[in-house]
Amino acid sequence: MVEALLSNIPLMIMATGALVGSAASLVGVFLVLRKNSMLSDAISHSIVFGIVIVWLLTRQQSGPVQIVGAALTGLLTVFLTELLVKSRKVKDDAAIGLVFPALFSIGVLLLNLYARSVHIDTHTVLLGEIGFVWLNTISIGGYDVPQALVWMSVVTLVNAAFVTVFFKDLKLATFDPALSTALGFAPTLLSYGLLALTSMTAVAAFDAVGAILFIAFVIVPPSAAYLLTDRLAHMLVIGVLIAVASSVLGYYAAVALDVSIGAMMAVMTGGFLAAAFLFGPRYGILAQSWRRMGQRYVNESRTLAVHLYNHEDTPQSREETVVGALRDHLGWHDRKADQVVQRSLRLGLVVRHGVDLHLTAKGRRVALELLEPWRTA
Amino acid sequence: MSGLLAFLGDHTIQNVVIGATLLGIVSGVLGSFAVLRQQSLLGDTLAHAALPGICLGFIIAGARQIESILAGAFVTAVLAALVMLALTRNSRLKTDAGLGIALSIFFAIGVVLLTYIQGTGNASQGGLDAFLFGQAAAILRSDLVIMGGITLLSLALVAGFWKEFKLVTFDPVFAATQGLPVALLETLLTVIVAFAVVIGLQMVGVVLMAAMVIAPAVAARQWSRRLEQMVVLAAVFGVVSGLVGALISATGRGLSTGPLVILAATVLVIVSILFAPQRGVIWEEIKRGRDRRELGDNQVLTTLQGLARHHDDPAYPVEQGMLDTYHGLATRRALTRLARRGLVHPVRHMPDEGPHWELTPAGHAAARQVLVDIDAGGR
Repeated sequence: MVEALLSNIPLMIMATGALVGSAASLVGVFLVLRKNSMLSDAISHSIVFGIVIVWLLTRQQSGPVQIVGAALTGLLTVFLTELLVKSRKVKDDAAIGLVFPALFSIGVLLLNLYARSVHIDTHTVLLGEIGFVWLNTISIGGYDVPQALVWMSVVTLVNAAFVTVFFKDLKLATFDPALSTALGFAPTLLSYGLLALTSMTAVAAFDAVGAILFIAFVIVPPSAAYLLTDRLAHMLVIGVLIAVASSVLGYYAAVALDVSIGAMMAVMTGGFLAAAFLFGPRYGILAQSWRRMGQRYVNESRTLAVHLYNHEDTPQSREETVVGALRDHLGWHDRKADQVVQRSLRLGLVVRHGVDLHLTAKGRRVALELLEPWRTA
Repeated sequence: MSGLLAFLGDHTIQNVVIGATLLGIVSGVLGSFAVLRQQSLLGDTLAHAALPGICLGFIIAGARQIESILAGAFVTAVLAALVMLALTRNSRLKTDAGLGIALSIFFAIGVVLLTYIQGTGNASQGGLDAFLFGQAAAILRSDLVIMGGITLLSLALVAGFWKEFKLVTFDPVFAATQGLPVALLETLLTVIVAFAVVIGLQMVGVVLMAAMVIAPAVAARQWSRRLEQMVVLAAVFGVVSGLVGALISATGRGLSTGPLVILAATVLVIVSILFAPQRGVIWEEIKRGRDRRELGDNQVLTTLQGLARHHDDPAYPVEQGMLDTYHGLATRRALTRLARRGLVHPVRHMPDEGPHWELTPAGHAAARQVLVDIDAGGR
């Protein structure tokens, strides 16, 4: 049974992708909320430097030594960036853009120099080799388990545990860092912990998706989730779900088109983001314009009601309460005036006798609500 | 010497030198605006987003044809900028997320297209890898003509809209009140960053182009206080780092050009941040130390004067130990400095007591001046 699952290559690939996505979006949620997303860009580039250094020192290609060792370069990036910002010579965006290219450059040059002996080439750095994760296995309890799967599972569990245990602290530190400091929590420490986990996740995911596609898994599913919900816990769950779904869809799309699997998974997260951006129930473009349209209709009907109310029982009422007057006095062109009247008729705000418009009791109430709110309140 | 001439006469080396010069000028000039407008990471996003365009240009042309590749790169880079703007303007996503999303998704699409091209087994696809990290030696003379054209175009744009760009960079609100089309100018400034990206593709590649936009500008900012100077200096720094990196790479050993160029630029940044006059970290440290000493000297001076006044004795000798206690720190060095300026002089008050000091007439004048200055400053 287990054997069959483990020898199912597509399943192994999809599972690895899903774990990369889940682990990444668990930490990514907080990076996106803290407006620090681009730190994942910096971290994922500079771990290349760390991976090469750790490999040169220990000859370990992956595993805990790599994950912890190379992750230190992620923290180094953050530290150097903050140092630059503190010197007040460079703004934070420029600081990020100075530090990681430098570290990444050293990493790539070392790869160039030791290309013959290092297991990674510059191509892997960018693309990863998720299609080949099943080639590298280690034996656990008599089963040959893909290494990437093992380490991604560990990292995902660690991230999930971190987020669960420190949920309240993270929430407070993310939404109100000042209060968090005042209450004696350590938001800085927590933030470094988060970035350390981001770095470790990047290293563990490196063989599968490379340095750059990883950014998509950190930023995109949480961003999509952010467009769908207002609750932190929901955002975490939705982010993970999107990551898992992207892995499965991405795998099949990539196989069908014979293209990079990791990249296709990343593209799929983009698809989910686009869907959330357009069709999100609350913050989606369509929902927003729908709401705006509804608001506009309500306002137009109210305007009509107020206009009629103002001229009710006045000498000018014969000229003012006809449909034609709306064009001259409210600046509405005929078609618009007609539509507003139709909608107001349907809402039961006005009745129509020939060309004359009269407020109903309900219409009068609407006008009064606006004109004399103290009376209706 | 003849070796150097042969080196410079080499066709490839000439191409590399020209290419590096063009790249340095454009990225320095355009990067200055990006850095000052705090849009440094835009270059990163645009550069990564050029990858799908490179691949599309290749697919459409069917070969490594520079015109279509650069055009494709330009189009997708601008498209990514628009996606970023659309996301941040029409949803609750912030700029950082917008940049990251555009960067990673466009790059992923690029990788998909790259693997698609590799899958079709097109023999000339080898040239595409050079665009990832840059391979200066792969630049052809015909490529340079195109790059030169883009350089001229972007420089002409900057020269033509100099005043407008300057105003929008430093004070967009004021620019708007003057009736300038701010949104249009900002879009234009974004688009010309895409020009820099396009030129840099062959030299430093899509991954590292961000630093090429940022580093020369940050280094130049350290040495200048005027935009004119900064832009020219940034261009010079860009050219220098481009040349150093490209030449090392072109001399063999299989080192990628991009990382070398970026490291050269990084060295320039580090040197500038540390050693630049006025804004350099070391300069600031020296100045801070000098200010601290001067403040200490003035404090001791006015204390002496105050004591002299209280005792109605212009030559009142003050014990050094008392001054130490009064200021909570050792005043010996401050007193020595003041003595060297002729403002105080040591006196022996009692044979068995420690050193004493009294103000000279010049010291009294200086102390009065300090108080007047403080008074004027406080007002």
